[in-house]
Amino acid sequence: MRYAVIDSWVVARRDLIHWLREPVRVFANLAYPIISVLIFGLVFGSAMNVFGGGDYIEFLLPGMFGQTIAFGVGSTLLMVSMDAERGVTDRFRASPMSQTGVVAGRSIADLVNSSLELLVLALCGLAIGWSWHGGLPNALLAFALFLWLRFALVWVGIYLGLLVKPAAAQASWMFLFPLTMFANTFVSPELMPGWLRAVSEWNPLSSTVAAARELFGNPGVGGDSWAAQHSLLLAVLWPAVFVAVFWPLSVLRYRDLSS
Amino acid sequence: MLAEGLRKTFAGKPALDGFDLAVPAGTVCGLLGPNGAGKTTAVRILATLLRLDGGRAEVAGFDVAREAPKVRGQVALNGQQSTVDDVLTGRENLVMWGRLYHLSRRQAAARADELLEQFGLTDAADRRVKHYSGGMRRRLDLASSFITRPSVLFLDEPTTGLDPRNRGEVWREVKRVVAEGTTVLLTTQYLDEADQLADRIVVLDSGRVAAQGTPDELKSKLGGDRIEVVVRTSEELPVVRDVLGPGAEVDSDGFRVSAAVADRVAALTRVTSALAACGVEAEDIALRRPTLDEVFLAITGHKAGVRA
Repeated sequence: MRYAVIDSWVVARRDLIHWLREPVRVFANLAYPIISVLIFGLVFGSAMNVFGGGDYIEFLLPGMFGQTIAFGVGSTLLMVSMDAERGVTDRFRASPMSQTGVVAGRSIADLVNSSLELLVLALCGLAIGWSWHGGLPNALLAFALFLWLRFALVWVGIYLGLLVKPAAAQASWMFLFPLTMFANTFVSPELMPGWLRAVSEWNPLSSTVAAARELFGNPGVGGDSWAAQHSLLLAVLWPAVFVAVFWPLSVLRYRDLSS
Repeated sequence: MLAEGLRKTFAGKPALDGFDLAVPAGTVCGLLGPNGAGKTTAVRILATLLRLDGGRAEVAGFDVAREAPKVRGQVALNGQQSTVDDVLTGRENLVMWGRLYHLSRRQAAARADELLEQFGLTDAADRRVKHYSGGMRRRLDLASSFITRPSVLFLDEPTTGLDPRNRGEVWREVKRVVAEGTTVLLTTQYLDEADQLADRIVVLDSGRVAAQGTPDELKSKLGGDRIEVVVRTSEELPVVRDVLGPGAEVDSDGFRVSAAVADRVAALTRVTSALAACGVEAEDIALRRPTLDEVFLAITGHKAGVRA
């Protein structure tokens, strides 16, 4: 058990050093959400309607947090597939280190990275007029929900990362991009055509974003569907489902590397 | 290290088909074969990375299937790719592996220093690995395998893709660790590498042992090295063939005649003076090692990868 903790830290530390020494990647990761906030908030913002009324920038920020978190799965996927491709995963497996350490280390590094992204994005939001209105504890709870989703996505990323090559992993954003847009992130689902609206409302990302809007006291909350009305519950449940499905799948896949 | 009747099937195709191996402690066994012969599969099974479908194997006295964690404490694996981290420095890489092999922070740092010294990397210790040469990178990779002084080392094509100078460096390090008592299983596609390093060579063909023995035994089986004479005109070809004796092969398109020789330099002298006596002026005379393809042809009677 003690070794599981040490091993996790050693593995996480490797990734954190990578980010410190190659800050270009961190900046590249941060540049996209910041530029998006500026483009959507300040350029398109005036043309956007929030269903039920309200300021678009206030509506946008929780959506941007959500998209940033969802994109994180791409980075987990890439790192895991690169380790597998380069034989690092094999070295880990042939060593006496605790096998939990490999995965836990990945989670720690990814959560630290995502927390940093949320922080920078929040500062950027505060600078252009976003804020929370439900008190600091609720705001922190909202951020915790985002990180809970991120944690769940680490498992998705590990499973997929053990399945595909780095080249394919790099293309993952082609799928992530629409998946994060067919949601309540940028536009209220109420304003979309019927079928897309259903997809968007039931998108797990929408639940977390809606729950965060509610906790932040930002506009755009509500809707008629069951999913929209129970966003808080679903924001806790969806990630739990991901973990329940992808955790055993990842473990199986990891073992399958030996068949 | 012991393997008996190892079997492994990938998607219906046998990768190992009753593979046997016995490597006494403290010796180097070279596993020689072309791509797809099953070398890497054998190494991965013995290093506990791959489950076997049949047979049994023991490494350092432990059964690889039933006592995998104990095996892992005794072995180190050096794969075909370099697993050292580019962004970290050489020292940081070694400390990281030291920690993952459950040394304390102090022990890991001390061991890293020792290994850097042993593998001649002290000067480059605090440089990032991405600035290392191919040979330095391989040496660092090897060093990271020696953190806990493993009793068995698996080297899977350690010099594939390295230039001759870097290959020499790696060979020197391998010889050094063998001298300290490590048992090594080396896979390679290069005959000269197996010749340089191995006490015994096992030739693998389609998942089975095709031949084995000491390098000298195998070489005598193959007729050892070959001498090759290139002439200017096709009229001279029969003359040269007679000089080289029975068994000489004539390649009339390349104006080339070649034959197996047992005694390298003596043969060269003999052939040169014999040719001069016949008045043949050769374009080129060379001694060369048989290629892996020729070894294969000689041992298995068919070309690599094609089963008769």
